[in-house]
Amino acid sequence: MDSTYFQYLDYAVYGTAVLVMLIGLYAALVKKSLLKIVIGLSIVDSGLNLLIVTLGYIKGGTAPIFSPGYNGTQAMVDPIPQALVLTAIVIGFGVTAVALSLVIRLWRHHHTLYIDEIKNLKW
Amino acid sequence: MMAFILILILLALMIAASVYAVRQKDLLYAVIATGIISLVLSILFYLLQAPDVALTEAAIGVALTTIIFVITIRNTVRMEDESDKNKNIKSAAK
Amino acid sequence: MKKILVLLLLAVVGFYTAETFFDIGFGKAPFVKSSEIKPVKDVYLHQTVQELKVANAVTSIVVNFRGFDTLGEVTVLFLSVTALGSILYKKRHHVGERSVLFSASSIVTSGSKLLFPAIVLLGAYVFIHGHLSPGGGFQGGVIIATGFLLMLLAYENYSVSHKGLAIVESLAGITFAGVGLLGFMNGGTFLQNFLATGTLNDLFSGGIIPIIYIAVGFKVAAELTGVIYTVLNEKGEQHG
Repeated sequence: MDSTYFQYLDYAVYGTAVLVMLIGLYAALVKKSLLKIVIGLSIVDSGLNLLIVTLGYIKGGTAPIFSPGYNGTQAMVDPIPQALVLTAIVIGFGVTAVALSLVIRLWRHHHTLYIDEIKNLKW
Repeated sequence: MMAFILILILLALMIAASVYAVRQKDLLYAVIATGIISLVLSILFYLLQAPDVALTEAAIGVALTTIIFVITIRNTVRMEDESDKNKNIKSAAK
Repeated sequence: MKKILVLLLLAVVGFYTAETFFDIGFGKAPFVKSSEIKPVKDVYLHQTVQELKVANAVTSIVVNFRGFDTLGEVTVLFLSVTALGSILYKKRHHVGERSVLFSASSIVTSGSKLLFPAIVLLGAYVFIHGHLSPGGGFQGGVIIATGFLLMLLAYENYSVSHKGLAIVESLAGITFAGVGLLGFMNGGTFLQNFLATGTLNDLFSGGIIPIIYIAVGFKVAAELTGVIYTVLNEKGEQHG
Protein backbone atom coordinates (compact mmCIF):
# COMPACT_ATOMS: atom_id res chain seq x y z
CA MET A 1 0.00 0.00 0.00
CA ASP A 2 1.84 3.10 -1.17
CA SER A 3 -0.79 5.76 -0.56
CA THR A 4 -1.30 7.14 2.94
CA TYR A 5 -5.04 6.59 2.55
CA PHE A 6 -4.70 2.96 3.60
CA GLN A 7 -2.29 3.70 6.40
CA TYR A 8 -4.71 3.08 9.22
CA LEU A 9 -6.13 -0.03 7.64
CA ASP A 10 -2.72 -1.62 8.21
CA TYR A 11 -3.54 -1.75 11.88
CA ALA A 12 -6.59 -3.92 11.19
CA VAL A 13 -4.69 -7.08 12.10
CA TYR A 14 -3.70 -5.71 15.51
CA GLY A 15 -7.23 -4.43 16.07
CA THR A 16 -8.76 -7.78 15.25
CA ALA A 17 -6.35 -9.68 17.47
CA VAL A 18 -7.10 -7.41 20.45
CA LEU A 19 -10.84 -7.55 19.73
CA VAL A 20 -10.90 -11.35 19.57
CA MET A 21 -8.96 -11.47 22.84
CA LEU A 22 -11.49 -9.16 24.49
CA ILE A 23 -14.45 -11.19 23.19
CA GLY A 24 -12.93 -14.34 24.66
CA LEU A 25 -12.26 -12.61 28.00
CA TYR A 26 -15.86 -11.37 28.06
CA ALA A 27 -17.10 -14.94 27.64
CA ALA A 28 -14.77 -16.19 30.37
CA LEU A 29 -15.91 -13.48 32.81
CA VAL A 30 -19.65 -13.27 32.18
CA LYS A 31 -20.88 -16.71 31.11
CA LYS A 32 -22.19 -19.14 33.71
CA SER A 33 -21.59 -22.41 31.91
CA LEU A 34 -18.22 -24.06 32.55
CA LEU A 35 -17.88 -25.25 28.95
CA LYS A 36 -18.54 -21.73 27.68
CA ILE A 37 -15.75 -20.47 29.94
CA VAL A 38 -13.31 -22.99 28.48
CA ILE A 39 -14.38 -21.99 24.96
CA GLY A 40 -13.75 -18.35 25.88
CA LEU A 41 -10.26 -19.16 27.14
CA SER A 42 -9.40 -20.97 23.91
CA ILE A 43 -10.59 -17.91 21.93
CA VAL A 44 -8.27 -15.72 24.04
CA ASP A 45 -5.46 -18.12 23.12
CA SER A 46 -6.15 -17.67 19.39
CA GLY A 47 -6.18 -13.88 19.60
CA LEU A 48 -2.96 -13.79 21.60
CA ASN A 49 -1.15 -16.04 19.11
CA LEU A 50 -2.20 -13.79 16.21
CA LEU A 51 -0.98 -10.73 18.13
CA ILE A 52 2.48 -12.21 18.78
CA VAL A 53 3.02 -13.44 15.21
CA THR A 54 1.93 -10.06 13.81
CA LEU A 55 4.61 -8.35 15.92
CA GLY A 56 7.35 -10.06 13.92
CA TYR A 57 5.94 -9.31 10.49
CA ILE A 58 7.91 -7.11 8.11
CA LYS A 59 6.37 -5.71 4.94
CA GLY A 60 7.75 -7.43 1.86
CA GLY A 61 9.60 -9.98 3.95
CA THR A 62 9.76 -13.71 3.25
CA ALA A 63 9.38 -16.68 5.54
CA PRO A 64 12.58 -17.37 7.51
CA ILE A 65 13.66 -20.39 5.46
CA PHE A 66 16.89 -20.45 3.45
CA SER A 67 15.59 -22.65 0.65
CA PRO A 68 17.59 -22.92 -2.61
CA GLY A 69 15.36 -20.30 -4.28
CA TYR A 70 16.24 -17.58 -1.76
CA ASN A 71 18.20 -14.76 -3.41
CA GLY A 72 20.05 -13.66 -0.28
CA THR A 73 18.99 -10.02 -0.25
CA GLN A 74 15.30 -9.97 0.65
CA ALA A 75 14.43 -9.12 4.24
CA MET A 76 13.20 -11.94 6.45
CA VAL A 77 10.34 -11.99 8.92
CA ASP A 78 11.38 -12.22 12.57
CA PRO A 79 11.55 -15.96 13.43
CA ILE A 80 11.61 -15.61 17.23
CA PRO A 81 7.88 -14.83 17.76
CA GLN A 82 7.08 -17.72 15.45
CA ALA A 83 9.13 -20.11 17.56
CA LEU A 84 7.44 -18.83 20.72
CA VAL A 85 3.96 -19.20 19.24
CA LEU A 86 4.81 -22.72 18.06
CA THR A 87 5.43 -23.58 21.70
CA ALA A 88 2.36 -21.70 22.91
CA ILE A 89 -0.07 -23.52 20.62
CA VAL A 90 1.04 -26.98 21.77
CA ILE A 91 0.95 -25.94 25.44
CA GLY A 92 -2.49 -24.39 24.86
CA PHE A 93 -3.78 -27.74 23.69
CA GLY A 94 -2.48 -29.37 26.87
CA VAL A 95 -4.15 -26.70 29.01
CA THR A 96 -7.46 -27.13 27.19
CA ALA A 97 -7.33 -30.90 27.60
CA VAL A 98 -6.74 -30.67 31.36
CA ALA A 99 -9.49 -28.04 31.75
CA LEU A 100 -11.96 -30.23 29.87
CA SER A 101 -11.06 -33.25 31.98
CA LEU A 102 -11.82 -31.19 35.09
CA VAL A 103 -15.16 -30.23 33.52
CA ILE A 104 -15.98 -33.91 32.92
CA ARG A 105 -15.03 -34.75 36.49
CA LEU A 106 -17.25 -31.96 37.88
CA TRP A 107 -20.15 -33.14 35.73
CA ARG A 108 -19.71 -36.68 37.03
CA HIS A 109 -19.94 -35.41 40.58
CA HIS A 110 -22.50 -32.61 40.46
CA HIS A 111 -24.51 -33.32 37.29
CA THR A 112 -24.49 -29.66 36.39
CA LEU A 113 -22.14 -27.25 34.68
CA TYR A 114 -23.88 -24.14 35.97
CA ILE A 115 -21.23 -22.55 38.18
CA ASP A 116 -23.67 -21.03 40.69
CA GLU A 117 -24.85 -24.54 41.51
CA ILE A 118 -21.36 -25.85 42.25
CA LYS A 119 -20.88 -24.29 45.67
CA ASN A 120 -19.44 -26.90 47.97
CA LEU A 121 -15.68 -27.05 47.64
CA LYS A 122 -15.39 -30.56 49.01
CA TRP A 123 -15.65 -33.32 46.44
CA MET B 1 -3.93 -5.40 -3.18
CA MET B 2 -5.74 -8.72 -3.55
CA ALA B 3 -3.91 -10.13 -0.55
CA PHE B 4 -4.90 -7.07 1.46
CA ILE B 5 -8.60 -7.48 0.64
CA LEU B 6 -8.32 -11.20 1.45
CA ILE B 7 -6.80 -10.37 4.82
CA LEU B 8 -9.63 -7.92 5.58
CA ILE B 9 -12.28 -10.53 4.69
CA LEU B 10 -10.53 -13.13 6.85
CA LEU B 11 -10.32 -10.74 9.81
CA ALA B 12 -14.05 -9.96 9.52
CA LEU B 13 -14.79 -13.68 9.38
CA MET B 14 -12.69 -14.26 12.49
CA ILE B 15 -14.52 -11.59 14.52
CA ALA B 16 -17.89 -12.86 13.32
CA ALA B 17 -17.02 -16.45 14.26
CA SER B 18 -15.84 -15.46 17.74
CA VAL B 19 -18.98 -13.42 18.42
CA TYR B 20 -21.09 -16.35 17.20
CA ALA B 21 -19.16 -18.76 19.42
CA VAL B 22 -19.80 -16.61 22.48
CA ARG B 23 -23.47 -15.89 21.83
CA GLN B 24 -24.65 -19.32 20.63
CA LYS B 25 -26.62 -21.32 23.21
CA ASP B 26 -26.02 -24.68 21.53
CA LEU B 27 -22.49 -25.59 22.60
CA LEU B 28 -21.88 -27.91 19.63
CA TYR B 29 -22.36 -25.00 17.21
CA ALA B 30 -20.12 -22.82 19.38
CA VAL B 31 -17.34 -25.43 19.23
CA ILE B 32 -17.58 -25.62 15.44
CA ALA B 33 -17.28 -21.82 15.39
CA THR B 34 -14.05 -22.03 17.40
CA GLY B 35 -12.82 -24.52 14.79
CA ILE B 36 -13.57 -21.92 12.11
CA ILE B 37 -11.57 -19.34 14.11
CA SER B 38 -8.59 -21.69 14.12
CA LEU B 39 -8.91 -22.38 10.38
CA VAL B 40 -8.99 -18.65 9.54
CA LEU B 41 -6.09 -18.09 11.93
CA SER B 42 -4.03 -20.70 10.14
CA ILE B 43 -4.61 -19.00 6.76
CA LEU B 44 -3.67 -15.66 8.35
CA PHE B 45 -0.44 -17.16 9.72
CA TYR B 46 0.40 -18.34 6.21
CA LEU B 47 -0.24 -14.86 4.78
CA LEU B 48 1.90 -13.34 7.56
CA GLN B 49 4.83 -15.52 6.38
CA ALA B 50 4.76 -18.02 9.24
CA PRO B 51 4.27 -21.44 7.56
CA ASP B 52 5.50 -23.44 10.57
CA VAL B 53 2.92 -21.89 12.86
CA ALA B 54 0.23 -22.30 10.20
CA LEU B 55 0.89 -26.06 10.03
CA THR B 56 0.72 -26.41 13.81
CA GLU B 57 -2.44 -24.35 14.14
CA ALA B 58 -4.16 -26.25 11.32
CA ALA B 59 -3.40 -29.61 12.91
CA ILE B 60 -4.01 -28.77 16.57
CA GLY B 61 -6.65 -26.05 16.49
CA VAL B 62 -8.86 -27.47 13.79
CA ALA B 63 -8.60 -31.20 14.43
CA LEU B 64 -7.57 -32.04 17.98
CA THR B 65 -9.11 -29.18 20.02
CA THR B 66 -12.44 -29.50 18.20
CA ILE B 67 -12.63 -33.26 18.68
CA ILE B 68 -11.76 -33.06 22.37
CA PHE B 69 -14.49 -30.42 22.90
CA VAL B 70 -17.00 -32.57 20.99
CA ILE B 71 -16.21 -35.61 23.13
CA THR B 72 -16.66 -33.53 26.29
CA ILE B 73 -20.01 -32.23 25.08
CA ARG B 74 -21.15 -35.77 24.32
CA ASN B 75 -20.20 -36.81 27.81
CA THR B 76 -21.82 -33.85 29.58
CA VAL B 77 -24.51 -31.55 28.28
CA ARG B 78 -25.24 -29.98 24.92
CA MET B 79 -27.23 -26.82 25.61
CA GLU B 80 -25.72 -23.97 27.58
CA ASP B 81 -28.65 -23.14 29.87
CA GLU B 82 -29.96 -26.65 30.41
CA SER B 83 -28.54 -26.73 33.91
CA ASP B 84 -30.08 -23.32 34.57
CA LYS B 85 -33.49 -24.72 33.62
CA ASN B 86 -32.91 -27.67 35.93
CA LYS B 87 -32.33 -25.27 38.75
CA ASN B 88 -35.59 -23.46 38.02
CA ILE B 89 -37.50 -26.73 38.05
CA LYS B 90 -35.82 -27.72 41.30
CA SER B 91 -36.61 -24.41 42.96
CA ALA B 92 -40.22 -24.57 41.75
CA ALA B 93 -40.59 -28.03 43.24
CA LYS B 94 -39.38 -26.90 46.61
CA MET C 1 -24.79 -4.76 36.39
CA LYS C 2 -21.96 -7.27 36.27
CA LYS C 3 -21.98 -7.13 32.48
CA ILE C 4 -21.58 -3.35 32.48
CA LEU C 5 -18.69 -3.59 34.91
CA VAL C 6 -16.99 -6.25 32.79
CA LEU C 7 -17.50 -4.24 29.59
CA LEU C 8 -16.00 -1.17 31.26
CA LEU C 9 -12.99 -3.18 32.42
CA LEU C 10 -12.51 -4.72 28.98
CA ALA C 11 -12.77 -1.30 27.32
CA VAL C 12 -9.95 0.02 29.51
CA VAL C 13 -7.76 -3.04 28.92
CA GLY C 14 -8.45 -2.97 25.18
CA PHE C 15 -7.73 0.74 24.86
CA TYR C 16 -4.31 0.54 26.49
CA THR C 17 -3.34 -2.66 24.64
CA ALA C 18 -4.36 -1.17 21.30
CA GLU C 19 -2.49 2.05 22.04
CA THR C 20 0.70 0.16 22.83
CA PHE C 21 0.60 -1.81 19.62
CA PHE C 22 -0.34 1.27 17.62
CA ASP C 23 2.94 2.83 18.79
CA ILE C 24 4.95 -0.23 17.77
CA GLY C 25 3.59 -0.13 14.24
CA PHE C 26 2.73 -2.80 11.73
CA GLY C 27 5.25 -4.36 9.37
CA LYS C 28 8.19 -2.09 10.16
CA ALA C 29 11.76 -3.18 10.65
CA PRO C 30 12.70 -3.17 14.36
CA PHE C 31 13.96 0.07 15.79
CA VAL C 32 17.68 0.01 16.67
CA LYS C 33 19.37 2.79 18.60
CA SER C 34 22.96 2.47 17.44
CA SER C 35 24.67 0.55 14.68
CA GLU C 36 26.75 -1.46 17.14
CA ILE C 37 23.75 -3.25 18.64
CA LYS C 38 22.19 -5.80 16.36
CA PRO C 39 18.70 -7.18 16.92
CA VAL C 40 18.60 -10.80 18.15
CA LYS C 41 16.92 -11.78 14.90
CA ASP C 42 19.94 -10.87 12.77
CA VAL C 43 22.35 -12.81 14.99
CA TYR C 44 20.13 -15.88 14.93
CA LEU C 45 19.65 -15.73 11.16
CA HIS C 46 23.39 -15.32 10.62
CA GLN C 47 24.34 -18.22 12.90
CA THR C 48 21.63 -20.44 11.43
CA VAL C 49 23.25 -20.32 8.01
CA GLN C 50 26.90 -19.96 8.92
CA GLU C 51 27.38 -22.31 11.86
CA LEU C 52 24.45 -24.71 12.05
CA LYS C 53 23.76 -25.12 8.30
CA VAL C 54 20.03 -25.42 8.90
CA ALA C 55 17.69 -24.02 6.25
CA ASN C 56 14.67 -23.40 8.49
CA ALA C 57 15.43 -20.66 11.02
CA VAL C 58 12.40 -21.49 13.20
CA THR C 59 13.71 -25.04 13.64
CA SER C 60 17.15 -23.84 14.65
CA ILE C 61 15.63 -21.50 17.24
CA VAL C 62 13.25 -24.10 18.67
CA VAL C 63 15.80 -26.91 18.86
CA ASN C 64 19.15 -25.21 19.30
CA PHE C 65 19.05 -21.63 20.57
CA ARG C 66 16.02 -22.30 22.75
CA GLY C 67 16.41 -26.04 23.09
CA PHE C 68 16.04 -25.97 26.85
CA ASP C 69 12.62 -24.34 26.40
CA THR C 70 11.61 -27.19 24.14
CA LEU C 71 12.67 -29.76 26.73
CA GLY C 72 10.49 -27.95 29.26
CA GLU C 73 7.61 -27.80 26.83
CA VAL C 74 7.71 -31.52 26.16
CA THR C 75 7.76 -32.06 29.93
CA VAL C 76 4.67 -29.87 30.34
CA LEU C 77 2.90 -31.91 27.67
CA PHE C 78 3.85 -35.12 29.48
CA LEU C 79 2.56 -33.69 32.76
CA SER C 80 -0.74 -32.71 31.14
CA VAL C 81 -1.20 -36.27 29.85
CA THR C 82 -0.51 -37.61 33.35
CA ALA C 83 -2.95 -35.14 34.90
CA LEU C 84 -5.62 -36.07 32.36
CA GLY C 85 -5.27 -39.75 33.15
CA SER C 86 -5.37 -39.24 36.90
CA ILE C 87 -8.30 -36.81 36.87
CA LEU C 88 -10.43 -39.05 34.67
CA TYR C 89 -9.52 -42.21 36.58
CA LYS C 90 -12.31 -44.36 37.88
CA LYS C 91 -12.65 -48.02 38.59
CA ARG C 92 -13.91 -49.11 35.24
CA HIS C 93 -15.92 -52.27 34.88
CA HIS C 94 -15.47 -52.53 31.14
CA VAL C 95 -11.96 -51.53 30.31
CA GLY C 96 -11.37 -50.62 26.70
CA GLU C 97 -15.03 -50.58 25.79
CA ARG C 98 -16.29 -47.36 24.26
CA SER C 99 -19.82 -46.18 24.02
CA VAL C 100 -20.81 -45.61 20.41
CA LEU C 101 -24.09 -44.22 19.24
CA PHE C 102 -23.93 -46.21 15.99
CA SER C 103 -21.09 -48.03 14.29
CA ALA C 104 -19.42 -46.56 11.24
CA SER C 105 -20.42 -47.75 7.77
CA SER C 106 -18.12 -49.92 5.67
CA ILE C 107 -17.26 -46.96 3.43
CA VAL C 108 -15.85 -45.07 6.42
CA THR C 109 -13.95 -48.04 7.81
CA SER C 110 -12.29 -49.10 4.56
CA GLY C 111 -11.63 -45.49 3.58
CA SER C 112 -9.86 -44.76 6.85
CA LYS C 113 -7.88 -48.00 6.59
CA LEU C 114 -6.70 -46.70 3.20
CA LEU C 115 -5.89 -43.22 4.51
CA PHE C 116 -4.16 -44.19 7.76
CA PRO C 117 -0.75 -45.24 6.30
CA ALA C 118 -0.69 -42.15 4.10
CA ILE C 119 -1.33 -39.87 7.09
CA VAL C 120 1.41 -41.52 9.15
CA LEU C 121 3.80 -41.27 6.19
CA LEU C 122 3.01 -37.55 5.83
CA GLY C 123 3.68 -37.00 9.51
CA ALA C 124 7.01 -38.82 9.32
CA TYR C 125 7.95 -36.81 6.23
CA VAL C 126 7.11 -33.56 7.99
CA PHE C 127 9.31 -34.26 11.02
CA ILE C 128 12.22 -35.78 9.10
CA HIS C 129 12.41 -32.71 6.85
CA GLY C 130 11.89 -30.30 9.72
CA HIS C 131 15.23 -28.59 9.22
CA LEU C 132 14.73 -28.05 5.48
CA SER C 133 11.12 -27.03 4.99
CA PRO C 134 8.22 -25.76 7.13
CA GLY C 135 7.33 -28.37 9.70
CA GLY C 136 9.08 -30.27 12.40
CA GLY C 137 8.60 -32.52 15.37
CA PHE C 138 5.50 -30.87 16.78
CA GLN C 139 3.65 -30.65 13.47
CA GLY C 140 4.58 -34.18 12.38
CA GLY C 141 3.65 -35.63 15.78
CA VAL C 142 0.26 -33.94 15.70
CA ILE C 143 -0.39 -35.22 12.16
CA ILE C 144 0.39 -38.80 13.27
CA ALA C 145 -1.92 -38.39 16.27
CA THR C 146 -4.65 -37.23 13.86
CA GLY C 147 -4.20 -40.48 11.92
CA PHE C 148 -4.71 -42.50 15.12
CA LEU C 149 -7.78 -40.38 15.87
CA LEU C 150 -9.24 -41.33 12.49
CA MET C 151 -8.73 -45.03 13.19
CA LEU C 152 -10.20 -44.71 16.71
CA LEU C 153 -13.29 -43.00 15.33
CA ALA C 154 -13.81 -45.45 12.47
CA TYR C 155 -13.32 -48.73 14.37
CA GLU C 156 -15.16 -49.03 17.65
CA ASN C 157 -12.91 -51.79 18.97
CA TYR C 158 -9.62 -50.35 17.75
CA SER C 159 -7.32 -49.97 20.72
CA VAL C 160 -3.88 -48.49 21.27
CA SER C 161 -1.50 -50.30 23.58
CA HIS C 162 -0.71 -48.10 26.56
CA LYS C 163 2.51 -49.99 27.20
CA GLY C 164 3.68 -49.34 23.64
CA LEU C 165 2.89 -45.62 23.96
CA ALA C 166 4.80 -45.45 27.23
CA ILE C 167 7.86 -47.18 25.74
CA VAL C 168 7.93 -44.96 22.63
CA GLU C 169 7.51 -41.84 24.74
CA SER C 170 10.19 -42.76 27.26
CA LEU C 171 12.71 -43.74 24.58
CA ALA C 172 12.12 -40.46 22.73
CA GLY C 173 12.52 -38.47 25.95
CA ILE C 174 15.73 -40.32 26.84
CA THR C 175 17.08 -39.65 23.35
CA PHE C 176 16.41 -35.93 23.69
CA ALA C 177 18.00 -35.60 27.12
CA GLY C 178 20.85 -37.97 26.27
CA VAL C 179 21.85 -36.16 23.08
CA GLY C 180 21.67 -32.93 25.04
CA LEU C 181 23.94 -34.31 27.77
CA LEU C 182 26.44 -35.63 25.21
CA GLY C 183 27.20 -31.98 24.51
CA PHE C 184 28.89 -31.79 27.91
CA MET C 185 31.23 -34.65 27.08
CA ASN C 186 32.67 -32.69 24.19
CA GLY C 187 33.46 -29.80 26.42
CA GLY C 188 30.49 -27.68 25.49
CA THR C 189 27.09 -26.85 26.93
CA PHE C 190 23.79 -28.63 27.03
CA LEU C 191 22.59 -29.36 23.46
CA GLN C 192 25.93 -28.30 21.98
CA ASN C 193 26.42 -29.63 18.48
CA PHE C 194 29.09 -32.36 18.21
CA LEU C 195 28.38 -33.88 14.80
CA ALA C 196 29.51 -32.65 11.41
CA THR C 197 27.11 -30.03 10.11
CA GLY C 198 27.33 -30.91 6.39
CA THR C 199 26.14 -28.59 3.66
CA LEU C 200 23.11 -26.33 3.62
CA ASN C 201 19.88 -27.81 2.20
CA ASP C 202 21.13 -31.38 2.45
CA LEU C 203 19.00 -34.01 4.16
CA PHE C 204 21.94 -35.01 6.40
CA SER C 205 22.84 -31.58 7.65
CA GLY C 206 22.53 -29.57 10.81
CA GLY C 207 24.33 -31.96 13.17
CA ILE C 208 22.12 -33.06 16.07
CA ILE C 209 19.08 -30.95 15.12
CA PRO C 210 17.32 -33.60 12.94
CA ILE C 211 17.94 -36.29 15.59
CA ILE C 212 16.35 -34.19 18.32
CA TYR C 213 13.42 -33.16 16.15
CA ILE C 214 12.70 -36.78 15.24
CA ALA C 215 12.72 -37.66 18.96
CA VAL C 216 10.33 -34.75 19.64
CA GLY C 217 8.07 -36.00 16.84
CA PHE C 218 7.78 -39.49 18.33
CA LYS C 219 7.23 -38.07 21.81
CA VAL C 220 4.50 -35.63 20.76
CA ALA C 221 2.75 -38.30 18.66
CA ALA C 222 2.71 -40.75 21.59
CA GLU C 223 1.51 -38.13 24.07
CA LEU C 224 -1.31 -36.74 21.94
CA THR C 225 -2.49 -40.22 20.98
CA GLY C 226 -2.61 -40.97 24.71
CA VAL C 227 -4.73 -37.85 25.34
CA ILE C 228 -7.23 -38.75 22.62
CA TYR C 229 -7.43 -42.38 23.70
CA THR C 230 -8.02 -41.48 27.34
CA VAL C 231 -10.75 -38.97 26.56
CA LEU C 232 -12.46 -41.23 24.00
CA ASN C 233 -12.63 -44.04 26.53
CA GLU C 234 -14.34 -41.75 29.02
CA LYS C 235 -17.86 -43.05 29.38
CA GLY C 236 -20.37 -40.74 30.94
CA GLU C 237 -23.73 -41.81 32.27
CA GLN C 238 -25.28 -42.12 28.86
CA HIS C 239 -28.73 -41.12 27.86
CA GLY C 240 -28.73 -42.15 24.23
